[in-house]
Amino acid sequence: MTTVSPAPSRRGRVTARNTLLGWSFLLPNFVGFAVLTMVPVVLLFYYAFTTWDIFGGAEWSGLDNARQMMHDSSFWTAVKNTVYYTVFHIPLTLVASLGLAVLLNKRLRAVAFFRTVAFFPYIASIVAVAQVWNMLFSPGYGPVNAILRAVGVDNPPGWTTSADWSMPAVILVGTWREMGYFMLIFLAGLQTVPGELYEAARVDGANAWQRLRAVTLPCLRPTTFFVVVMLTINSFKVLDLILVMTNGGPGQSTLVLAQYVYRKGFEENQFGYASAVSVVLFLLCFLVTMVQFVVNRRREA
Amino acid sequence: MTTLLTPASVRTQAPPPGRRTGNRLGRLLGYLAMLVASIAVLLPFYWMIVSSLKTNNEVFTLPVTWLPAKPQWHHYVDIWTRSDMTTWLGNTMLLSVAVTFLQVLTGSFAAYGFAKIRFPGRDALFLLYIGTLAVPWQSYMIPQFVLLSKFHLSNTLWAIIAIQAFGALGVFLMKQFYESIPDELVDAARIDGMSEYGIYRRIMLPLSTPALASLALLTLVSTWNDFLGPLLYLRSSDLWTIQLGLRTFISQYSAEYALIMTGSVLSVLPIVVIFLLGQRYFVEGVATTGLKG
Repeated sequence: MTTVSPAPSRRGRVTARNTLLGWSFLLPNFVGFAVLTMVPVVLLFYYAFTTWDIFGGAEWSGLDNARQMMHDSSFWTAVKNTVYYTVFHIPLTLVASLGLAVLLNKRLRAVAFFRTVAFFPYIASIVAVAQVWNMLFSPGYGPVNAILRAVGVDNPPGWTTSADWSMPAVILVGTWREMGYFMLIFLAGLQTVPGELYEAARVDGANAWQRLRAVTLPCLRPTTFFVVVMLTINSFKVLDLILVMTNGGPGQSTLVLAQYVYRKGFEENQFGYASAVSVVLFLLCFLVTMVQFVVNRRREA
Repeated sequence: MTTLLTPASVRTQAPPPGRRTGNRLGRLLGYLAMLVASIAVLLPFYWMIVSSLKTNNEVFTLPVTWLPAKPQWHHYVDIWTRSDMTTWLGNTMLLSVAVTFLQVLTGSFAAYGFAKIRFPGRDALFLLYIGTLAVPWQSYMIPQFVLLSKFHLSNTLWAIIAIQAFGALGVFLMKQFYESIPDELVDAARIDGMSEYGIYRRIMLPLSTPALASLALLTLVSTWNDFLGPLLYLRSSDLWTIQLGLRTFISQYSAEYALIMTGSVLSVLPIVVIFLLGQRYFVEGVATTGLKG
């Protein structure tokens, strides 16, 4: 309004103008994001304290769901299986993807071809991939067992039809699927390792293994940390692969937390209880990620 | 397939270490390892294709045959009459395009606000965006489902568009890219009297084509392959995507192994072709963000 304005209020007006402008850019995405992500996350913590069957709405029931969970053996099986998957999936994928990255960082022929190929499992649809693996794993006539028999394994496992081997089978497929993706992240990380360090190590007479341990791994620590965090989240939320490959079975041998949420919520219509289980999944992810960040920071300091 | 699968930034780097060792044994072991890894990665795909060309009996004969006795190409014709492949592929394509368009548009628009305009609360809000990338969708799918049902969007294609199109990934990826564009460029345009929207549209968008392409590819692939979203939301069979359709087809024709593999090949093929066409951008997207759940 006034022609000459004192500096502070002018700055105030610029801020107001920028706030308006900034929000005008955010708004189209933010509306969708707020309504479809933020609101559901907040609602989740309310639903977790309600009882809600297919009829009617959510009714506040306090800690009933939590109490029910304590005595729910299926829930604990799901927790145990989720941890089982996580504990094996993380190191396996880590070693496989790092190994591939180190290998493909070399000047070998056909490296480019393989870098492309290693990515296929990650972009292929889960239904097709799960179906093929189920057929490959088929106990009597599947190629996997045919190969195992050929190399002298007399009694190859029943894989997805056996309670003991279904989880290893799912973990193998999970690793197969994700290793190309993380390989790529490691490859990007390897580019940041200074070449002089290798030269120095070589001058000191370090062999390939020593160079890997003394140069590559320490330099890759930020990448490795990132990969472990992502792998943890991926492991905790594993669902579609299991849903299509084993549907949690045989018995409850591959029932994981995310699937238990699905089962309780969408198959049995117990939205309240399913939300309570979701909160456990949420907190587990959140806490483990936090712990990893804290440990990482302490190690760097 | 011969193109280098490396981000541009990677390719310009100094040659990777280790090449000078050049000892034969090391090379040999390297090739051996690569061969084994290639087989492990490719075998399921090979088996998928080969089985689609076999007869049902031949799929499971012992010893395993690695080539079909007589290729049954007719499976690729039969499947169109035996299933609703056309509907499934049509729905999937529609969803993939719509989601990708919205994600790229709103994501890059918001990213400009986050990257180039300074206002109070901006950084806190962005932290919130980042935070949700670590929250598994599986943990809030129930309240989200309730919400969308209340909006009467469940069992419509809109539901999938809604849950996929406004993710934080696009904002995150594009913001990172925009921050690499110097502020001076934007400031110069401002001094010349260009509006912020003009700067976004006429300077930032053209400059960010590679980033937009990588975001588009990431989104396209994940929407095409999404299984859980459609499983929860799309109940009527005329709304099914290829993933849902294929899954039902598998349970309906559980003994038609060859046809099931034909369907599997058809569900993977389009996305593999798209990936090969745009792999450079795809790889850049993954290498720069790495954030794709």
